[in-house]
Amino acid sequence: MTDINALKTELTSEIEGAGDLQTLDEVRVAVLGKKGRITALMKTLGSMDPEERKTTGAALNALKDEIADLIKSQERALKKQDMDQRLSTEGEDITLSARQAPHGKIHPISQTMEEMVGIFGSMGFTVAEGPDIEDDFHNFTALNFSPGHPAREMQDTFFLPEDDGEEGEYAKKLLRTHTSSVQIRHMESGEPPYKIVCFGRTYRSDYDMTHTPMFHQMEGLFIDKDVNMGHLKGCLTDFVRAYFKLDDLPVRFRPSFFPFVEPGAEVDIGYTKKPDGGIKLGKAPDGQEQQWMEVLGAGMVHPNVLKNCGVDPDEYQGFAFGMGIERLTMLKYGIPDLRTFFECDTRWLEHYGFDPLDRPNTTTR
Amino acid sequence: MKFTLSWLKRHLDTDASLKEISDTLTAIGLEVEEITDQGRDFAPFTVAKVEKAEKHPDADKLRVCTVKTADHGTVQVVCGAPNAKTGMKAIFAPDGSYIPGLDVTLKATKIRGVESNGMLVSEKEMCLSDEHNGIIELDDKYEIGTPMAEVFGLDDPVIEIALTPNRADCAGIYGIARDLAAAGLGTLKPLDIKPVKSAREFPAKITIDDKDGCPMFVGRYVKGVKNGPSPEWLQKQLKAIGLRPISALVDITNFITMDQARPLHAYDAKKLQGDVRVGTSKGGEELEALNDKTYELVEGAVTINDDSGVIGLGGVVGGASTGCDENTENVLLEAAYFAPERIARTGRDQGVESDARYRFERGADPEFVVAGMELFTNMVLEICGGEASEVFVAGGVPEWKRTIEYDPAYCKQLIGIDVPKDRQIEILKSLGFEVKASKITPPSWRGDVFGKADITEEIARIVGFDKIPALSVEGPVIPTPADTILGSAMRKARAALAARGLHECVTWSFLAKDQAQAFGANDNQIAALTLQNPISSEMDVMRPSILPNLIEAAERNEARGFAGAALCEVGPVYGGVKPDDQRIVAAGIRSGSNAARHWADENAARSVDLYDAKADAIAALEACGAPGANAQISADAPEYYHPGRSGVLRLGKNVLATFGEIHPSILDEMGIKFPVVGFEIMLDNIPQAKKKGTEKSMLKLEPLQPLTRDFAFLVDENVSANDLLRAATAADKALITDASIFDIYQGKGVEDGEKSVALSITIQPKGESLTDKDLEALSEKVTTLVMEKTGGVLRG
Repeated sequence: MTDINALKTELTSEIEGAGDLQTLDEVRVAVLGKKGRITALMKTLGSMDPEERKTTGAALNALKDEIADLIKSQERALKKQDMDQRLSTEGEDITLSARQAPHGKIHPISQTMEEMVGIFGSMGFTVAEGPDIEDDFHNFTALNFSPGHPAREMQDTFFLPEDDGEEGEYAKKLLRTHTSSVQIRHMESGEPPYKIVCFGRTYRSDYDMTHTPMFHQMEGLFIDKDVNMGHLKGCLTDFVRAYFKLDDLPVRFRPSFFPFVEPGAEVDIGYTKKPDGGIKLGKAPDGQEQQWMEVLGAGMVHPNVLKNCGVDPDEYQGFAFGMGIERLTMLKYGIPDLRTFFECDTRWLEHYGFDPLDRPNTTTR
Repeated sequence: MKFTLSWLKRHLDTDASLKEISDTLTAIGLEVEEITDQGRDFAPFTVAKVEKAEKHPDADKLRVCTVKTADHGTVQVVCGAPNAKTGMKAIFAPDGSYIPGLDVTLKATKIRGVESNGMLVSEKEMCLSDEHNGIIELDDKYEIGTPMAEVFGLDDPVIEIALTPNRADCAGIYGIARDLAAAGLGTLKPLDIKPVKSAREFPAKITIDDKDGCPMFVGRYVKGVKNGPSPEWLQKQLKAIGLRPISALVDITNFITMDQARPLHAYDAKKLQGDVRVGTSKGGEELEALNDKTYELVEGAVTINDDSGVIGLGGVVGGASTGCDENTENVLLEAAYFAPERIARTGRDQGVESDARYRFERGADPEFVVAGMELFTNMVLEICGGEASEVFVAGGVPEWKRTIEYDPAYCKQLIGIDVPKDRQIEILKSLGFEVKASKITPPSWRGDVFGKADITEEIARIVGFDKIPALSVEGPVIPTPADTILGSAMRKARAALAARGLHECVTWSFLAKDQAQAFGANDNQIAALTLQNPISSEMDVMRPSILPNLIEAAERNEARGFAGAALCEVGPVYGGVKPDDQRIVAAGIRSGSNAARHWADENAARSVDLYDAKADAIAALEACGAPGANAQISADAPEYYHPGRSGVLRLGKNVLATFGEIHPSILDEMGIKFPVVGFEIMLDNIPQAKKKGTEKSMLKLEPLQPLTRDFAFLVDENVSANDLLRAATAADKALITDASIFDIYQGKGVEDGEKSVALSITIQPKGESLTDKDLEALSEKVTTLVMEKTGGVLRG
């Protein structure tokens, strides 16, 4: 037994003295290898008498386990030492720029349109589509603009050459001055009820600080048997509050005129003037004057428009509304100049654009 | 439409405040755009007395004045005006007030050592006139403290409303007063028009040849008038709403135009040659008009003629040859009714804006023609004197009466509020409607009211839209998708492209003709798609492609110092004028360098190439659920691409996308000095998924690992990657799950006209492992097939 204890002391000191992994491995082979010292001792067990074999065997096995553990922990210590040594030489300049990743942005007009689809979609509206190049019938006549009516002149229409393949007001081609023409095409294409919104490019011959020859509109139409002006008020009040994310945004409806609705209304939202000349949407605090700005036009669809589309105005009624998408985008996101929307200045797109992963829906903030 | 508060009160008996009036106007559909209240703006400035004016001790031209004011006590003011003198009455501006003509806010100061508080102002400093020779000097009758606005008659607020085109009646202040009275804001004062009795015969004849354009023409002679300046009250009213007083006769016509929405005209009778005839222009006639312009008349205008020819454009503008001046003694007065459509057309075609046109094209009151003449005559006699003839009426009042069947229950049905029947009738009557049981006749001045919805609107706007309860519109509990298939594709394409680093733009739908030609529009398309009235020749044809707009945008960014723009747009292109000729395309370009130089990637700043554009097109197609990398590919891209560096992704005949380098000649033509690659994805052509279900096909995971084998072949340089890969994979379509090219080499060691192509195939053992022998046989087959199909030889 003293031999074993002596051996243990000797081997422990050899193992602890191994300064690198190779030396340690040599020690391991010399002790536990096929010809190792403990292995050799184990081999002597066979020539012992059973009693001795039992005690010596147990002692040798314990020694073997202990030594194996010791080697393992020395190995860990040496590996850590090596690793520490290596890592200490592997410093990098973490302030260098990261690898480049693409970073395109979504145009604010698209973002706004997608936001609007989300809000009206949750009210049960679906999207309808119609062409930019329209004819006189769909853009004016069907919408109850009588020929020569001053309202026709209020819009500076872009005209295209007459279409030889069509006749009369269908031959007179123009760029739609509003998305209201989509109402007509939608009603022509199917039976009521109708509950649609549509988005698109519209055109008027005007180009200055606050007008561009092309801009975007959104249009809505809801026709059923019992849709009244109260629904118009509720729908649009809910919309502007959802869109601007202001639950108590003041909304005002006042009478106005568009040939295709009766009664017609314009919708104003409340704001206050800030000392720096800017505006703040929302209810005026006590003592401040509530200011109003117009954001959209609406009304109960004129019976003549329903008739023009083959819908019986004695059975069906409902409302329509329209709004300028750029204007609502500018208001919500604080974009000062309309013309910049179409300039494709990458600095502007980068600044006012939206991340492609930030697609609007009604569940995100 | 502008009017003053005092003018409104000529017709409306009311105690309402300016704010109440303004709020009510907006609430009933006469939206107030602006209120100019100079009385309020000038409130700080009041009459003061200069009790003492002495020379400044240190300045010859300055005076030290002791000024007695009402609200600021007696103050000392240093004044540079030569006319400042002891005992005078002047206008005092206190410290803290804003002087509009100087754009300063006053504060107490010392002028050459002498204390000065506030100032005594000149007319120029108050923006009243350009007079700046001295301070305002007032009659001694004005009490100290009298507001300056009162002294100068500026205490009358001016209200401007945005008049909608349907409300012709409110193009007259009387009509506005009637609406306000109906809304409960006071009482409408009755119009008291006394017909002028005369035994003198109308000394001429008026004939109407164009009864369609002018159904009624009422004339009257007044002899012996004096056409001097109009009285002060009249001048003041006109000036307040921005009209320049001219002479009594002209001012009277302007006054009644504004007051009653009833345009009139006065001819100098001595300048008239023969009888008056109302006719139609043939086109080409010349008219020297009262607005100092000469017009070559369009065809179809209503003309007023005498023996000399055209003397006026009826209802639009009068002629200079018969205009009244200070020597006018005898006048022919005109009150006529002109057809709105004719006036609108003439006004537009001839390009004349006038107060008369504005009212006639919206529709004058057909019952107020003779009454208007009586009002006119009364004012002329009162202001200019003279002796009137009897009235001559040519034609007659046009038919205007309509009866509308109306059930008061319709009000609740349409607008959702229950307005009692009696209240409805009361409102309609106060607006001049006749109500007999269920039959309603709108008044003659409301040519815009035709049906029951129009009647309901009258009730709704007077009751107030704020009284209508708001009812939310709800969607179905299980929502239906709002987007169309195309709308979803647009949404996915733009997100995919932006995620790949392209900025989404919105550019004009039109472009210059030469660009339309360069980018694929043929002559017929250009003819059909050219705007007749473009903003400029740079924007006159509907675009056949989005690419030129994006290329130009890249050029503008480059010119600003931001090269290498990567841009996309998802929007329409136009192949014709029919609805189906409009297609929705997602297009994009990359220009210059692909990315900035980067320390970790020496190839980062490489020039963009067609494979960038191809990758963009594939990414967007795949985002939309279309085959991208797996689509068929052909080399027949449109001619605006580089012929050898462009391609088409397609499904049979169906073109999904085109991509490639933009043709260098086109870039050259456009003045572009950097490389541009682009792509166009035809979103309408993406096939719709056939199956409706939501489940995906069952995924089978092989337990065995896949293996790869690399090959290098020497092939003719014209052999396409596609052919090579297809030949290789044909060796075993079940086992070979992928094949890709990882190197292409031409140069030393490879003969001219050949290339070395290295490809890697992925082999996925199915069920059982492959032996070395199996693999050898497979490799052999790959080599053989590549040889057979492409002539490629395995490189030693």
